[in-house]
Amino acid sequence: MIEPTRPKTARKKIQAGELMNKVMSDHFYQVNEAATTGKQKVAWCTSVGPAELLRALGFAVHFPENHGALLGATRMATDLIPEANAIGYSPDICSYLTADIGAYLKGVTPLAKAYPGIQSVPKPDVLVYSTNQCRDVQDWFGWYSRELKVPSIGIKSPRNFNEVGAAPIEDVSRQIQALVPQLEAISGTKLDMDRLRETVALSRECTELWKQVLETAKAIPAPMTFFDGTIHMGPAVVLRGTRAAVDYYKVLLAELQQNVRDKAGAVEGEKVRLYWDGMPVWGRLRQHSEHFLELKANVVASTYCSSWIFQAFDEKNPFRSMAQAYLELFIVRSDDYKESYLKQMIDDFRIDGIIYHDAKTCPNNSNSRYGLPKRLESATGVPSLVLSGDLNDLRCISDEQTKTNIEAFIEQIVEGK
Amino acid sequence: MSKSVYVGLDIGSSRTKVAVLDADRRLLGYAIKKSGTDFSATASICLDAALEMAKANRAAIANAVSTGYGRANVGFITTHSKTEIGCLANWCRYEIPGIITLIDIGGQDNKIVKLDKDGRRDSFKMNRKCAAGTGAFLEEMSTRLDLPLEDMDGLARASKEMVKLGSYCTVFSATEVLENIRNGRKVSDIVKGLFYSVIKRVLEMDLPTEKVVMTGGVVAHNAYIFDMAEEMLGRPVIRPEFPQLAGAMGAAVYAINEKGASDTPDPSQPNFEGELL
Ligand code: SF4
Repeated sequence: MIEPTRPKTARKKIQAGELMNKVMSDHFYQVNEAATTGKQKVAWCTSVGPAELLRALGFAVHFPENHGALLGATRMATDLIPEANAIGYSPDICSYLTADIGAYLKGVTPLAKAYPGIQSVPKPDVLVYSTNQCRDVQDWFGWYSRELKVPSIGIKSPRNFNEVGAAPIEDVSRQIQALVPQLEAISGTKLDMDRLRETVALSRECTELWKQVLETAKAIPAPMTFFDGTIHMGPAVVLRGTRAAVDYYKVLLAELQQNVRDKAGAVEGEKVRLYWDGMPVWGRLRQHSEHFLELKANVVASTYCSSWIFQAFDEKNPFRSMAQAYLELFIVRSDDYKESYLKQMIDDFRIDGIIYHDAKTCPNNSNSRYGLPKRLESATGVPSLVLSGDLNDLRCISDEQTKTNIEAFIEQIVEGK
Repeated sequence: MSKSVYVGLDIGSSRTKVAVLDADRRLLGYAIKKSGTDFSATASICLDAALEMAKANRAAIANAVSTGYGRANVGFITTHSKTEIGCLANWCRYEIPGIITLIDIGGQDNKIVKLDKDGRRDSFKMNRKCAAGTGAFLEEMSTRLDLPLEDMDGLARASKEMVKLGSYCTVFSATEVLENIRNGRKVSDIVKGLFYSVIKRVLEMDLPTEKVVMTGGVVAHNAYIFDMAEEMLGRPVIRPEFPQLAGAMGAAVYAINEKGASDTPDPSQPNFEGELL
């Protein structure tokens, strides 16, 4: 042999993972119990829908997108998507939606495999969406509404802002408040404003801690990877507005801060720092993570993980601040805003290259389609790569092309350094 | 003791190409063969053929680098690999220095690689999921038209009135071809249309710089694609002597650079004949 094989590098394991598994398992069991015993009403909510309001009204909250991601990560999605395709939901639309509906049609769920005793996703009493992210969520919930005969209500969000001004905040704030009477009737509880304030305060605290967690990756070497982030964001997604999420992130943050002090990088010998824009490829998390590791590259920051930072939450003004938080989300913003946001991220995290994941079934999270990569590349000189793929539908992926693209991109960065 | 040589092995999805270079990057020998299903065996046969042409043997190999789809399948000679994109860029940097766009049309995919004035890679793009714009597309169409692949270049040249094929998709294009046959269009005009669609799909991927070079098996066997590209770009395209060998030669250049070219084999390096045969 002329050259030794690439040294096997190890990714540093995050110890808090075990605690996170417990926090997530408690969540799934709690929602399952609510649905099976009827002790608590169950609401389904989109990822950045009005979860704070639902919690304050005593609902147990299930997040179908999280379920979609689980279907992807367990590689169940690709076999289930065709079930939804067959009933008229196109292979070109959100593959969270098609995988989730397919799973329902087949009567399967990864929750049943992971958590003994859970047999299905929790049956909802109400479906609550916000179209801040996309229209697909409304159509998704619409299907369940017809199937399960439960109401689907929500916020029709304005989109594509440079700045989020007072008018759209006012609009969305009113829409959230307009949901209250119907939700009170379903939950059988009168909204307690103190409880709402408390929930918003917990969401704010969770967000602050999650932000600090992600910012530990500004350190060189970074103590975590994007792939860790996609897993450890679980509590921020499904437990926003709860004490459990806040407590978890305190533990995670302490560990990562210690790793920064110890200069213990997540990727041994980190030599390239990358940014990931767009959705993860859930069914390929491990492969991608290992591939970057082998190449001594760390994806240190991402739009996706950072999307669960909502700085606007303010318990003094719960409705308005919720509206603002839901509107300030990256996915709701214009390309001009996105460009300046990404520029800032490149600087803050000392990024050598950006990877844009162009997800076939999610145009909303695919930011490479309107010239942004080229504009940003010429403004910053930081090279970029567009990967064609999908969040859940592995039929849209060529592993070999992805691999070659990533390797060639890292070669380019290293040779240019 | 024979002179040291440097080897690049490009194990493509369709063809395996091996180039043997001396320390001054001169091409001494090469071999090209269908990759088949046993990448390693094919690479070994190509390697020996290329070495024979170079009047060298395995003991003279100072360094070898592999690339291409099967780059990890040639452990018998090297475990040091680079991507095809890196190798094409590396070849180009030395062969044709300066700001340039390299367009490679291969069997299974095509690539556009742009180099800056210092020969550094500025950007690259690979085709997306479809075979449109690749050799696989032409192969598929030659089967459908029941034409030997090697006749296509001549047929395209003979065309007087090209048939325009508009689709992105190989399956849709096939339907378009059938429709044109049904409508009595000449096969040569259809073949020219197919060539046009290949080059068009590739040129749609990025904006080429002033200087353009084309490489890859498809242009090596269908030189008319050079003419068509020139017509579409409105300027001459650089035609390398061995378009199909660019990747393998680029890999060999990596082998030279990374070894630090020296004229005699490094005695501390394993003797290949001893180790491998
Ligand atoms: S944003 Fe994309 S992935 Fe998320 S629900 Fe909408 S279409 Fe699906």
